[in-house]
Amino acid sequence: MTVHRYDAIVIGGGHNGLVNAAYLARAGKKVVVLERRHLVGGAAVTEEIFPGFKYSVFSYVVSLLRPEIIRDLDLPRHGLEILPLESTITPMPNGDYLGGWADHDITRREIYRHSKRDADAYDEYNKLMHHMAMAVKPLLAMVPPDPTSLAPSDLKGMLKFAGMFRSLSTRHFHALYKLMTMSAGDFLDEWYETDVLKATKSASGIIGTFMGPRTPGSAYVLLHHYMGEIDGAFRAWGFAKGGTGAISESIASAAREHGAEIRLNAAVSRIITKGGRAIGVALEDGDEFHAPVVVTSLDPKRSFLVLTEEKDLPADFVEDVKRYKIRGSSGKVNLALSELPDFTCLPGRGPHHRGAISISPTMEYVETAYDDAKYGNFSRQPYMDIVLPSMIDPDMAPPGKHVMSIFVQYAPSNITGGWDATKRDAFGDAVVDAVARFAPNFKSSILHRQVLTPADIESITGLTDGNIFQGELALHQLFFLRPAPGWAKFRTPLKGLYQCGAATHPGGGIMGAGGRLAALEILKDTSLPFAARVPR
Amino acid sequence: MLGQSWRRWAGCVVASSYELSHEREYYAIRNSAALFDVSPLYKYHVSGRDAARLLDRVVTRNVGAAKVGQVLYTCWCDRDGKVIDDGTVSRLDDQRFRLTAADPNYRWLGDNARQLSVEIEDVSEKLGALALQGPNARVILEQATESDLSKLKYFRLTTSSIRGIPVTITRTGYTGDLGYEIWVDSAAAVPVWDALIESGTPYGITPAGMLALDMARIEAGLLLIEVDYFSSRHALIDAQTSSPYELSLDWTVALDKPQFNGRRAIRAELARGPAWRFVGVEVDWTTLEANYNAIGLAPRLPTQAWRTSVPLYLGGKQVGYATSGSWSPLLKRYLTLAHVEARHAKPGTQLEIEITVEHRRKRALATVHSLPFFNPERKRS
Repeated sequence: MTVHRYDAIVIGGGHNGLVNAAYLARAGKKVVVLERRHLVGGAAVTEEIFPGFKYSVFSYVVSLLRPEIIRDLDLPRHGLEILPLESTITPMPNGDYLGGWADHDITRREIYRHSKRDADAYDEYNKLMHHMAMAVKPLLAMVPPDPTSLAPSDLKGMLKFAGMFRSLSTRHFHALYKLMTMSAGDFLDEWYETDVLKATKSASGIIGTFMGPRTPGSAYVLLHHYMGEIDGAFRAWGFAKGGTGAISESIASAAREHGAEIRLNAAVSRIITKGGRAIGVALEDGDEFHAPVVVTSLDPKRSFLVLTEEKDLPADFVEDVKRYKIRGSSGKVNLALSELPDFTCLPGRGPHHRGAISISPTMEYVETAYDDAKYGNFSRQPYMDIVLPSMIDPDMAPPGKHVMSIFVQYAPSNITGGWDATKRDAFGDAVVDAVARFAPNFKSSILHRQVLTPADIESITGLTDGNIFQGELALHQLFFLRPAPGWAKFRTPLKGLYQCGAATHPGGGIMGAGGRLAALEILKDTSLPFAARVPR
Repeated sequence: MLGQSWRRWAGCVVASSYELSHEREYYAIRNSAALFDVSPLYKYHVSGRDAARLLDRVVTRNVGAAKVGQVLYTCWCDRDGKVIDDGTVSRLDDQRFRLTAADPNYRWLGDNARQLSVEIEDVSEKLGALALQGPNARVILEQATESDLSKLKYFRLTTSSIRGIPVTITRTGYTGDLGYEIWVDSAAAVPVWDALIESGTPYGITPAGMLALDMARIEAGLLLIEVDYFSSRHALIDAQTSSPYELSLDWTVALDKPQFNGRRAIRAELARGPAWRFVGVEVDWTTLEANYNAIGLAPRLPTQAWRTSVPLYLGGKQVGYATSGSWSPLLKRYLTLAHVEARHAKPGTQLEIEITVEHRRKRALATVHSLPFFNPERKRS
């Protein structure tokens, strides 16, 4: 057995683990990242599953990658290139479609085609969401204060928190309250009458959650989209050249440049504790890594129920972790295509192939898809968010050929009888059938198909129950309650053990905020000065 | 596709963008390939026994030393050592050259050709020029020409054909990326364009206009006449002129050449040191954002490159001015090209730049940066 000594050990080389390591290394710490797989990225990986075709296997777009991380780590120099993904079309059963385009006025005219009222509402709705996103966005860069604590830092945090709401007018505050509590469907009903518009907007609110568009609390996620828009021209939203794996690679490159070491094929089997402290980790092969700081980027169930012994943790904390909702609700289908899908609603090759294609034709369609999942089945007619990465980055597929990424909901992790190969195939067939309804040439164009159920997502990435956000983004699991009451500040009941994954504030998506905030907290605790900006 | 927009260039009409927004065209330059029509460039064929001698009299680089097949970027000056224009010289063969220029130079070449055995032909109208720029430029051009271009080095030329149409290909461009310019008889330029679009479609080729090009050339730190400097031919006062050193084109000045226009003045300037330098200046994000946040707004960034003169300050005193600027969507940095007093032009020097925030003039921090901002390996590899 070999023992390796470091200042800090990061468990898991997903984007948050890498961001965390990069910031720690930048501050002069000797850091090692231990990644179980043969490549970095976690759920943000690009793999050539079928020769010549590159799949962003799991996560497929970059939404809210924090601009401060892009700047601090100078990610563009390390290869990060975010390309615009600027439109969304929703094919309709009657042969029509709803399009949302990069140009505001063209989108407005498109909505006008469906409803004159909604076209006007669109501008007002956008403005309202902008104001609310402006108010809420600072939370993303903030360590959640504990509202029950009287410690000066918590009081200061709560004051700052209150200040954000003070910046809202009374009308906006009321709207925000509604947004926090209502279902996406009900909230949108207050604004729009066009069913396909509501279906498409609300669908974006249910991604990754075990909720339907009529489930209370689902409205909040509508706001996330607008937070990305505030960044506007900075454009931290879109498609990463080279797939999402390229984002991870760029962060890894920055981390290495700052001196972090990244070990692949290094699966951590347990966290070593001594006297209420984490002092290191042991790998499956028996090697040990010792450090005063251990950071886990894994979800809390894996970190605390698998890698840590229950007896080392307070009982109430263990209970909270057990109660933490982490049901997987989505699957992924990646396809290699010989030609572009020819949509009945927009025949031929066109700009819509460069954007998202949303299979969310009616509110009822999406809610029915949820109903299937509620009762333990995958959706027979699922909601799907489709992109053709090769239309944005031609290097993703051989010339003239294409890759298609299909995010599918719902595919419950707790499917009746459990997932197996037969169910996976049936699920893949349901997905293909649902797309083929809108693009007749689709089935015959498929050269290769990779179907990923929540069980597959878990077995490959280690995400418990295949939940892409490491736990649902529901209000009862956000901010000072994420992942557990009292433990939202990236620390854990074990001294020296920190958490930095999507299960921490502010949550999932390729944001990197958890990784960064955790690093800043660790540096505070270890009273190492946070290094000044490194000159380019 | 909807939304083309057009502009004038040297009495011709070229696309500003082929779509409503130039954004996709910009990304094509850095991500796949963009095809530009740059035919409005002025082009001259200079041939004869004294062709090299003439060009060596005119331009600042050493043309006589250039090998056949080599392309030189250069500027040229008046008698006072002030820049008239900039462009490229291609050595097509031993006694035959092509000069490209932003402004008409036929008369200037003629004036300098007295007593030389040389023939000057203005081929501006006769010769079309297409620029194919971006990481996929080589593979597209290889397919279109059915030839191997891996041996064609940066700033070299070769001859080839596209669909049976003879072309000259130079590995040059105005984007700072991997790229080529294709020189073809203007009558045959349209079929060549079509052939490139056809070969390039599977590789993401996108016709692109001047708005996208303008952003790319700022990232590449390439200056633009009438925007970043004035031709001494058009300057009304001395202060409007610039020497090669003031434009940081030191590397283009072959002072060891026996004679060229402006040589004496340039030597004298070098002895006392140039007054100005042309540098990159990057606008600091944090202070820019703070200026907007102070009034409750998210930062607004330019969606196009701007071409106005913007003051730069040091300790409250103006020490320079930016002449072009652009948000770089690729680098996620706000870049400008600027003239800064030489003593403040060292990379890393912290200046302030004027910004307008909701109708009010404010200042943001800005840092002097060496050029280019963006210099990918593929440009030369």
